[in-house]
Amino acid sequence: MPCGLFFETYQKDESIFPTWWLRIWMIALGIGLLVFPFVAQPISDWMGMNMLNMFNLILIYIVGAHGLNLLTGYTGQISLGHGAFMGVGAYTAGILANMGWPFWLALPMAGFMTAAVGMIFGVPSLRLRGLYLAIATLAAQFILDYAMRNWSSLTGGSSGLTVPAASIGDFTFDSDFKFYFLALALAALATLYLKNITRTRTGRAFVAVRDRYLSAEVIGVNLFKYRIMSFGISSFMVGIAGGLWAYYITIISDEHFTMWLSVQYLAMIIVGGLGSVLGSIYGVVFMVALPELLRLPAEALTNVYPDIFVIFSSLREMVFGVIVIIFLIFEPDGLAARWHTVRAYWKLWPFSY
Amino acid sequence: MQDFLQLMVTGLVIGSVYALVAMGFALIYKSTSIINFAQGEFVLVGGYICWWLYTMLGIPIVWSFMLTMLIAVAMGVVLERLVLRPMIGEPIISVIMITIALATVLKSLVTILWGTQIKVFTPAIFSQKAIHMGPILISEVYLWTFGFAFLFLGVFAAFFKFTRVGISMRAVANDQQVAQSMGISVKKVFAISWSIGALVSAVGGLLVGNINGINITLSDFGLKVFPAVILGGLDSIGGAIIGGLTIGILENIMGSYLDVYLGGGVKEIAPFIVLIIILMVKPYGLFGIKEIERV
Repeated sequence: MPCGLFFETYQKDESIFPTWWLRIWMIALGIGLLVFPFVAQPISDWMGMNMLNMFNLILIYIVGAHGLNLLTGYTGQISLGHGAFMGVGAYTAGILANMGWPFWLALPMAGFMTAAVGMIFGVPSLRLRGLYLAIATLAAQFILDYAMRNWSSLTGGSSGLTVPAASIGDFTFDSDFKFYFLALALAALATLYLKNITRTRTGRAFVAVRDRYLSAEVIGVNLFKYRIMSFGISSFMVGIAGGLWAYYITIISDEHFTMWLSVQYLAMIIVGGLGSVLGSIYGVVFMVALPELLRLPAEALTNVYPDIFVIFSSLREMVFGVIVIIFLIFEPDGLAARWHTVRAYWKLWPFSY
Repeated sequence: MQDFLQLMVTGLVIGSVYALVAMGFALIYKSTSIINFAQGEFVLVGGYICWWLYTMLGIPIVWSFMLTMLIAVAMGVVLERLVLRPMIGEPIISVIMITIALATVLKSLVTILWGTQIKVFTPAIFSQKAIHMGPILISEVYLWTFGFAFLFLGVFAAFFKFTRVGISMRAVANDQQVAQSMGISVKKVFAISWSIGALVSAVGGLLVGNINGINITLSDFGLKVFPAVILGGLDSIGGAIIGGLTIGILENIMGSYLDVYLGGGVKEIAPFIVLIIILMVKPYGLFGIKEIERV
């Protein structure tokens, strides 16, 4: 770990992984992630849960959380409708797959469709900010949720929609193991994309809109364009996440895409860290792994209190709420900021003064 | 025409409860500028506590009612102090999220304590007997609900207008710094706002609970409040009351006339369609204060 940075060119300062040390770590992480599914079985047995399934969900949610973080964390537009947007993506992919479209075409279409829907609901963001925008997207959530439930000729209504497993050519991603690599590739792509877009002119415009939109407009940032663009890109990513989810779960119903999912997405990026690429990853890992890990003490408690699984889902929601409250009060910048503090402490250890 | 009138009247009754909850919401927003997503959970908690005191513990209704109000006030004060006070000056997203998290906690707590089945007030407090009022039929419990809701609306409207505390609350809503320099304790006003907000919602909860019984969906009232307050203007208490009544009537009428075409459940989203339209056309509502920005 370096104790300080000394860059001689702008290019070096702008690079994503500025030090050799970091690059080695990233390569190690990449190898680790690629090797993980081969050793997942013993770990799953030891932990008593399906690790690959958990990782697949984490990777899918990372794509969506990056999308929401771009909108809320970088551009400062609050969205309470991303759960429903993910549903739009899932249903688009599902319906197209049932019509016989190949996976590699249906998935991007899911993204574009969601982007279109997101941009429509993003139009009020021109006039509305903060609270009002949150309420407008909340209404979007309910209207889309209603459409998914009641437009049964298209979505299959409450009985759900069956989706064939994803396949490219002759290769079918029909198991947790195979799907892992697909999800990993897309999650990595989304992470790289977010990391890169925040370093471009567009990304800086987003941040300017968030920090002080009046000044941004004065220096020539087109507010309407960038807000809509942010809504579009963000919905595109969450739509891709939805499409992936549809192909992974293979049966989709409206129950999954409620307000609760939108809240979970927001919780992920808040717990992880708003406006931070690493943040959304930490947040997703935390928020997906936590309920699974809560199952372990719950199982241990069944001897003492046999009814615990009756109230388990409520208990889980309560823990979720308490964690979000604690984070907002004590660590509003999220896990990413905490990680930085911890790392900064060790940088100069033991001579930190 | 008779159907229409019937729908108007039942809508008006539910609307009066919306108005009550919306008043609590607008009050909290006006004086503390916190948008409270847990308002519906206050309704839920109020309904359950009153049911528990009355049906399970067998306390006479008058005392159950009083105790429920007392507990709601205490809950409002405690939550304000512990959860919302640290949020002063934080970005909007944090404030929104913390009230959502609070809502989750309250809702799951209620489920853990009382389960998810519908609870009915037994013995019934108000009779369900139908009364003819000209061409329309209305059951007694609806009339009582409407009466109580309006009693509370009237009492609090008078409270803001005439009492010393009410005036100090309006002063804080107007300008916190000036109010503070005039010797008004802003902290106290915040606590009072939250306790009144919780109190009126709890009253709304036990009134609605008398009509259809209580279950977890009672918290949806908190979401229906958004269209109401947006229609009236977020920071206007009078607007919230008018908005609540309007939304109650609108959802009832739209629900029963459009269900045929859209396949059921229109009642649940009609308010949100109205909400989107209002936001597009007149974002600051009927009586809200327009934010004017000049560069």
